[in-house]
Amino acid sequence: MVKFSEEQLAEFNRLVSRYPEGKQKSALLPVLHLAQDSFGGWLSAETMDYVAEMLQISSIEVYEVATFYSMYNLKPVGKYMFEVCQTGPCMLRGSDDIIAYIGEKLGIKPGETTSDGMFTLKTVECLGACGYAPMMQLGKHYREHLTREKVDAIIEECRSKAANMN
Amino acid sequence: MSIKLLLEKAHVEGIRYFDVYRREGGYRSVEKALKEMGPEAIVEEVKKSGLRGRGGAGFPAGMKWSFIAKPEGVPRHLVCNADESEPGTFKDRYLMEFIPHLLIEGLIVSSFALGSNDTYIYIRGEYAWIVDILEQAISEAKNNGFLGNNILGTGFNCNIHVQRGAGAYICGEETALIESLEGKRGNPRIKPPFPAVQGVWMRPTVVNNVETLAAVVPIINMGGEEYAKIGVGRSTGTKLISACGNINKPGVYEIDMTISVEEFIYSDEYCGGIANGKKLKACIPGGSSVPILPANLLLKTAKGETRYMNYESLSDGGFATGSMMGSGGFIVLDEDQCVVRHTLSLARFYRHESCGQCSPCREGTGWMEKILKNIEYGKGKLSDIDLLWDIQRKIEGNTICPLGDAAAWPVAAAIRHFRDEFEWHVLHPEEAQQ
Ligand SMILES: NC(=O)C1=CN([C@@H]2O[C@H](COP(=O)(O)OP(=O)(O)OC[C@H]3O[C@@H](n4cnc5c(N)ncnc54)[C@H](O)[C@@H]3O)[C@@H](O)[C@H]2O)C=CC1
Ligand SMILES: Cc1cc2nc3c(=O)[nH]c(=O)nc-3n(C[C@H](O)[C@H](O)[C@H](O)COP(=O)(O)O)c2cc1C
Ligand code: SF4
Ligand code: FES
Repeated sequence: MVKFSEEQLAEFNRLVSRYPEGKQKSALLPVLHLAQDSFGGWLSAETMDYVAEMLQISSIEVYEVATFYSMYNLKPVGKYMFEVCQTGPCMLRGSDDIIAYIGEKLGIKPGETTSDGMFTLKTVECLGACGYAPMMQLGKHYREHLTREKVDAIIEECRSKAANMN
Repeated sequence: MSIKLLLEKAHVEGIRYFDVYRREGGYRSVEKALKEMGPEAIVEEVKKSGLRGRGGAGFPAGMKWSFIAKPEGVPRHLVCNADESEPGTFKDRYLMEFIPHLLIEGLIVSSFALGSNDTYIYIRGEYAWIVDILEQAISEAKNNGFLGNNILGTGFNCNIHVQRGAGAYICGEETALIESLEGKRGNPRIKPPFPAVQGVWMRPTVVNNVETLAAVVPIINMGGEEYAKIGVGRSTGTKLISACGNINKPGVYEIDMTISVEEFIYSDEYCGGIANGKKLKACIPGGSSVPILPANLLLKTAKGETRYMNYESLSDGGFATGSMMGSGGFIVLDEDQCVVRHTLSLARFYRHESCGQCSPCREGTGWMEKILKNIEYGKGKLSDIDLLWDIQRKIEGNTICPLGDAAAWPVAAAIRHFRDEFEWHVLHPEEAQQ
């Protein structure tokens, strides 16, 4: 069963308090981020229904928002998601090559997750880092000026982080 | 020598923190505006400055502020547009990341001028770490009496809230942004009514870009008239340009709008020339939505005059031979780049980002991507080029918001200036497939 912890609930209340009385629906986007981060990195139907209940809105209002925005995952994703930008300015600096290289190294195509559930590769559109291309988003941060060597190092970094967590 | 009004202090060690920012003269404009000037006087200064919206449309900021409706008893809001998603544009990020207090300072003064007690920064969801930087700056400002209740003892109350988006280019369009801020899908509203009359929660709302609001700080400090002396014609003040693509020094530059495009590209102070000793082929000077120009029309206008980095000069010649300042996203293509391929990538972007409300945009962007893909991969016909032209014409002007136009213009300009490349792909299918 999904349920916010004490700490998550405090954050939920802080988010809702930023909007006028009766306009708690305005907190939907930030609350969905919170829910996604809290419940396994994606939004299950159960999670979305919970968010609807918490915000006192109907489930359909949550579904239509969750399906509109690209940052909400509607399916489980790997522990580490490589979101590589493929738009024009990044392409001019070799993003195609980086995407192909990551795919080759991990043995997956864009949109897929490795069988051990460790990595997801996703191509995304311009992330506002065009001057530091090629680049990708990894969790909360950007990894910029990517080269094949940097990609190797990032994959290693993720693997050893995961190993230390176990 | 260039004049820096926004980024002058961006590299001072620790400028991200209140104490250093304050020591460097920060928050003076708040003291001046709240204690010595009133809301009307601030709006007046912004009008005198000639400041134009830095989000892309270039609408005069002071004029927009003076349009805000003031119905009795209805709260008003200022919303800062930090959605920055136009390919080629990353200037707002730079400003928020390196000198966040400048934005907060501008927001306090602007909120006071507009009578906004709750001001929102809507930031694209991917800039997650910048949310932390902004929230830190806001809490520092609050702890020092520049935000919260009774600011500087003047009786003015103001709080700033940061709301993250969740990945949707369309939410940069101000009415889509407002819908998103209300917790809905980012479907643009029909304008008018403009947000200044009916915005968030149907209350009068001013939406301004990050850079526009930051520029209010130097305007208040130096006075609107002094600010207006910088630059040329209706391009007053300084402008942030984010430069990317095949140049030696990609990055964010603050320019005084009197420099030429040639100087911007080749001078070491800015882009430092084309990377790897290549030649300049083309450039999209104002973010992906504006027309691409071949090198000859970029450096000189059709009349043979020098082209400058300002609103008027970049649009000289209209769409036939000119382009636009737009958001200041400057994308440079070297001689090895394929215009068809680049245009295809942008077409895919717009298809992906269309909100789907209007059929010309929803269907048209899909068709354009498909046809461009065929041409790029050597499966096109010559008649496809005309078909493409026809589709983009049918989108332009027939949609609720300008995303449709933004998708149409890059395709139109690419065909207008580089038709031979499209034809080459069709006539050399084998080579094109590689
Ligand atoms: N920075 C970025 O990432 C992006 C920027 N853009 C830019 O956005 C531009 C289009 O933006 P729009 O907001 O659709 O342009 P617009 O011309 O409709 O509006 C510009 C601003 O002026 C205000 N305004 C205009 N007439 C008004 C009136 N009579 N009363 C009150 N307010 C009024 C609008 O509310 C808006 O804030 C494009 O030119 C493009 O360059 C587009 C995509 C992304
Ligand atoms: C599709 C689309 C996307 C936009 N994205 C942004 C954006 O990311 N940032 C921005 O400031 N303005 C963006 N705009 C322009 C806004 O609608 C609006 O004009 C701007 O925020 C007003 O601020 P300004 O007057 O300070 O420029 C976009 C417009 C369109 C049509
Ligand atoms: S033009 Fe496109 S993005 Fe804009 S409202 Fe219509 S369908 Fe949506
Ligand atoms: S095009 Fe990749 S970050 Fe902008």
